[in-house]
Amino acid sequence: MVLMYKIIRKEVLAPETYLFEVEAPEIAQKCESGHFVIIRLHEKGERIPLSIADYNRSKGTITLIVLSVGKTTRQMATLKEGGDIMDVAGPLGNPSIIDFFGKVVCCGGGLGIAPLYPLAKELKEKENTVLTIIGAKTEEKLFYENELRSVSNQLYVTTDDGSKGKKGFVTDQLKELFNSNIEIDRVFAIGPAIMMKAVADLTRPLGVKTIVSLNSICIDGTGLCGACRVEVNGETKFTCTDGPEFDAHKVDFNLLMRRLNTYTPEEQRSEKNYLEKHRLN
Amino acid sequence: MVEKIAVRVPKQDPKSRVHNFQEVVLGYNAAQAVKEAERCLQCKNAPCIIGCPVGVDVPKFIKLISERKFEEALKIIKEANSLPAICGRVCPQEEQCTKYCTLGIKFEPISIGKLERFIADLNVNQGSPKPRVASTGKKVAIVGSGPAGLTAAAELAKLGHQIVIFEALHASGGVLIYGIPDFRLPKDVVNAEIDYIKKLGVKIKNNIVIGKTYSVDELLHRFDAIFIGTGAGLPHFLHIPGENLPGVYSANEFLIRSNLMKACRFPEYDTPIKIGRRVVTVGGGNVAMDVARTALRLGAEASIILYRRTKKEMPARDEEIENALEEGVKFHILSQPLRILGKDRVEGVECMKMRLGEPDESGRRRPIPILDSTFTIDADIVVVAIGQAPNPLIPKSTSNLKVNKNGTIWVEKETLMTSKKGVFAGGDIVTGEATVILAMGAGKRAALSIHEFIMNKNRR
Repeated sequence: MVLMYKIIRKEVLAPETYLFEVEAPEIAQKCESGHFVIIRLHEKGERIPLSIADYNRSKGTITLIVLSVGKTTRQMATLKEGGDIMDVAGPLGNPSIIDFFGKVVCCGGGLGIAPLYPLAKELKEKENTVLTIIGAKTEEKLFYENELRSVSNQLYVTTDDGSKGKKGFVTDQLKELFNSNIEIDRVFAIGPAIMMKAVADLTRPLGVKTIVSLNSICIDGTGLCGACRVEVNGETKFTCTDGPEFDAHKVDFNLLMRRLNTYTPEEQRSEKNYLEKHRLN
Repeated sequence: MVEKIAVRVPKQDPKSRVHNFQEVVLGYNAAQAVKEAERCLQCKNAPCIIGCPVGVDVPKFIKLISERKFEEALKIIKEANSLPAICGRVCPQEEQCTKYCTLGIKFEPISIGKLERFIADLNVNQGSPKPRVASTGKKVAIVGSGPAGLTAAAELAKLGHQIVIFEALHASGGVLIYGIPDFRLPKDVVNAEIDYIKKLGVKIKNNIVIGKTYSVDELLHRFDAIFIGTGAGLPHFLHIPGENLPGVYSANEFLIRSNLMKACRFPEYDTPIKIGRRVVTVGGGNVAMDVARTALRLGAEASIILYRRTKKEMPARDEEIENALEEGVKFHILSQPLRILGKDRVEGVECMKMRLGEPDESGRRRPIPILDSTFTIDADIVVVAIGQAPNPLIPKSTSNLKVNKNGTIWVEKETLMTSKKGVFAGGDIVTGEATVILAMGAGKRAALSIHEFIMNKNRR
């Protein structure tokens, strides 16, 4: 039985950043903050994990946000409203542990801003005071600002070049919050590994519990392959079945980054081939 | 006078076959099959049948082959076995039917598997018969489309039940598709068997992860019974330093990339795989052989098996060890990896020499470390092929499901019913890692007790 997953809305959120609202009623019924899906675009396609950025149970849709940085994501960016994604499996991973913590800071960088939305929303619903920091290279690369503002008590924006909000990184803003003597009970960080590492390094000496959502390489997403393994507190864990959220202070980020770079040459080759072929057509 | 030696099966030449993924064992032609079938003694007590987990009437189908009644032979096989083209290739016949062959006491036993494959392949080429019975109106959900699930589905469909298989991956077949390479089990053979099962009316829903998309508890509301055949999919690791370095794969990951995702054809296919020059595979089972032989086909200059006992204790089939040797796989026996070396990625493996001591619980002689015997072998890629544990997704997500200490699902021995009424289980998820045919045997047994369960429920 071939089930296709129809794209009912596509939006360009920022340069190279695309939102897809996809019909996936079974996943939409079940998914919560923290979950991800694995998609495959065509017969020869790879399986890649994507965070669920939003969901609508009554409509039966999930929202995926994609940054076109490699072959598969570039190809996905060419898909149109009314088109299909061949395979979508999920919801995978464990849902975020959401509770009343008090005052929480949610940090999102780059594509990590996408899964930050359901997280902040669910934290807000549990009556936490939600302070959200989102960061991007430049103003034009920012997205989901209004969405996140609507679920945060306070939204802070940082850009590397200062084109919007505070000039600097997410961690600069986070440092400022700590320095302003606000009592922070918990920090969440989702973004590039280097950003999550910086957040962990900042909060570790302060003893503030920090949760990160890891973005390891995945194939099946169900515990079968072990490609996503990470070291947490010196123990091997699978991001797909044990995570994707872990205690930031216990994650070996250097190893994570090394593993994320395993296929960099192949990824570049694949992207180059694709772009050349694309130009010819 | 009976021929003492079995008819040899043609194989691809080792020198050329290491450069392709086509099937190594080419199979009998009709003349060869008939000649081999004529060797059968047609024993009245048929010990071979006792050795078969699904109870194929071996002497009967072999007799029909010797009479060139191939279609009838196929019917006999399919009565007991829904996946003969697969079993003829990957069953360890030497431990089952063939082990009990009377001819084998003095001479070479009948090549039962090769004959089964010959008949099954004719079917692949000619389409299949389609038995249909009246619908019972009963619905059964099968979790996992591997050998246990496919067999249970086929048997239940033949009894007139409505069957839906839920499969987590985009492709159906479980380990037959993601695990066993083409050169041992071509994917079109698997797909043909799955098509046959679909012709019986079985529906397969891919991309549905039971335990995530739906729970078993939810399925119980929609189906009269459930069969769990989710296998042993969780890879074991060595738990030695360096094991998470880039360049270290589980056998599952390595084989999934190559078989399921077709990384052998990167960049035409999007999924890459790392090979480098030297691939070291740790383990001595069929999966380790599959990995080591795949590595050669993907261009490794050296493919080395590291095993802590000797060839004699290896769990792999002799046939597969032989094939690996012919293809140039090197065996470092009595070697135990201590740690994987490398800074940013794998550079080598530090090992220790072992010797064999007294037999352990498994009956195999226990490996004992030899002091001050460490040595290093260079490696670009290390693949850990030391077995799999049961997949925990369903045990973790199902209420009131009794799970054994080792993570397998507890079942009632006779009926294969779990601690949850109406939920049955079989295959590797119950036994721990075993063989395709044992999983199929369990699928078949479970199907019969599911049938009994739902039909009795009907009467009440």
